[in-house]
Amino acid sequence: MSAPLLVFFVLAALAVGGALNLILQKHPIHSALSLIVVMVSLAGLYLLMGAEFVAAVQIIVYGGAIMVLFVFVIMLLNAGVEEHTNFSKLAGIAGIPLALVVTGFIAAAITHANDTVLAAPQTGAVAATKDLSTMLFREFVYPFELTSFLILIAILGALVLAQREHS
Amino acid sequence: MSTFLNANAFLLISLVKIVIMLFLVLTVNAYLTWFERKVVAHIQSRWGPHRVGPHGLLQPLADGAKFLLKEDPTPAGVDKFVYFLAPLLSLALALTSIAIIPFGPDPLPWLILGQKIYLGITDLNIGILGLFAITALGVYGIALAGWSSNSKYPLMGGLRSSAQMISYELAMTMSVVGVLLTASSFSLRDIIEAQQHAHGLFGWQGIFSWNIFAGPLPQILGFLCFFVAAIAETNRVPFDLPEAESELVAGFHTEYASFKFAMFFIAEYTSMITVSCLCSILFFGGWLSPFPPSWTFTFYLPSLILIPFGAWVIWDGLRYETIIGKVILPGIGTAMLAIGAALIFLPALNSFIQGPFWLLSKILTFLFVYVWMRGTLPRFRYDQLMSFGWKLLLPVSLANVVITAGAILWRGY
Amino acid sequence: MIPTSYYIILSSILFGLGVIAFIFKRNVITIFMSIELMLNAVNLAFVAFSRALGQLDGQIFVLFVIVVAAAEAAVGLGIVILIARNRQSLNVERVDLLKL
Repeated sequence: MSAPLLVFFVLAALAVGGALNLILQKHPIHSALSLIVVMVSLAGLYLLMGAEFVAAVQIIVYGGAIMVLFVFVIMLLNAGVEEHTNFSKLAGIAGIPLALVVTGFIAAAITHANDTVLAAPQTGAVAATKDLSTMLFREFVYPFELTSFLILIAILGALVLAQREHS
Repeated sequence: MSTFLNANAFLLISLVKIVIMLFLVLTVNAYLTWFERKVVAHIQSRWGPHRVGPHGLLQPLADGAKFLLKEDPTPAGVDKFVYFLAPLLSLALALTSIAIIPFGPDPLPWLILGQKIYLGITDLNIGILGLFAITALGVYGIALAGWSSNSKYPLMGGLRSSAQMISYELAMTMSVVGVLLTASSFSLRDIIEAQQHAHGLFGWQGIFSWNIFAGPLPQILGFLCFFVAAIAETNRVPFDLPEAESELVAGFHTEYASFKFAMFFIAEYTSMITVSCLCSILFFGGWLSPFPPSWTFTFYLPSLILIPFGAWVIWDGLRYETIIGKVILPGIGTAMLAIGAALIFLPALNSFIQGPFWLLSKILTFLFVYVWMRGTLPRFRYDQLMSFGWKLLLPVSLANVVITAGAILWRGY
Repeated sequence: MIPTSYYIILSSILFGLGVIAFIFKRNVITIFMSIELMLNAVNLAFVAFSRALGQLDGQIFVLFVIVVAAAEAAVGLGIVILIARNRQSLNVERVDLLKL
């Protein structure tokens, strides 16, 4: 068990634990906090893969802006605990083992695949931010400008939606 | 045993460095509170703490004892998990940001366990971006503290404070981009190296090769934007409406008592220290001396400061009648004299200490400016604060980026 | 080193948990968060393949996915606030005015 593998399992356990906690918690603020744990552990996994710029952007944008937005909305709307509904027990008893079996089947299929890409171990090199930015502004400049338009439209949309009606 | 040590040398040395750094940061925090109370008091023509120990130097110890021994009530109806998590989150994130800051250029002259020991816990390739990531997560401590207290004043204070923090975070990150364009790297060590080799203003070296004076465009606007935005980030005067006593009881930490309040307190002062470190590293040359490198006689400046100061501490301590005054202060003074003398006679140690000495003096200067502003400036109203951040600071920092990029292209860097 | 398949399996587990949360939770905001979880799982797969193939395209696409998720979260939460204002409830089963 080498050190990178150990770190991978710890971060993966944190991510899966956070996702499970998102499902199991009743109050949306606890689900939001679990999702933040998932995002930070995913940022750790990106660092493990050498994608350091993507890891930093993940924490700054996802963890520091998008989830803050979620937390603000939960606080301002005073979202309470979820109401209790009665789900069929059959769905729980049959569904969860079935889901586990399907997941295990997919995992086995992926691991035993003969595809060279999947079996290739990750290289240890670090992705330089300079190469990333060069590619972003040369090959991907058109989608880049389009996303800036997209954000502008989103800001305008949010402003229009949040307006009070002028009666 | 020794194979285990050698195999995990990097991990063990990092752990030891982290422990030492934590201890140092917490001590500096404690004496920063003393410094602030003394300076604000002298600005207001009074003495400040001067009873607990000579010159009030033991006041932080008394404060620490108070925080540990005071009753720690938990209000009714709070969300227990989030209530306990919020101060922990603030403190952990604030203390983590110290890990990225480099404190000196050279490693220690001897190898420990076969590893070179640099001053500073690590040097990330994405140094400054990682620092911004940690700052971005710091919003949660305050928002969750305000919400979980189950009371209207903390909720208002928490929401206002976190809205203020995310607004000024944008201006802060944008104003640093000019420095990043000049240095072509995110790493803090590379930024200081770039300032060392920069072509200074009019060709002069020393202070005129720092980012604020030199480079394709002197980053004066960037520095002002960064400093103002960072003050708003750390919720200090004049941007401290969300936690001001006369406004919102105490803002987001109203319902927090002794130790949890101390955690918020430490988090705020530590982020003050981090911002001072960043200002000095990004804009003011970090560990570079303001004098040109050819003026080697300035290497004796640390000794020149330590020796008279040590003599004064000895003289001052002998005036007291308590043990702390009569014995410990002269002891500290003698130690300072000894270090000052050793620096004159050991040139290797002297050249090693130059970098950290200049960095620490710059950090102290910025901390003094922080405290000075607290003593003199009134605070912004909340709507003035938000319009200042969005309508003035963000466009100005964007303009700084554009003009810096233009200057780089025009001057052919 | 860590084989790529480990990352892909983790990504599929996270995606599956996101789908489960999307189907079974009734709070509108939690459903939104499960969408973000699914997007994150996809990001992980992108970065893993980008490293395996040695190209940077995957990481650039991750940046675009993050930007799109941010825009979507902003508009979506605006809609959520409107729903809460109009129906006085955040329960998705109460938003059924178009039901026959």
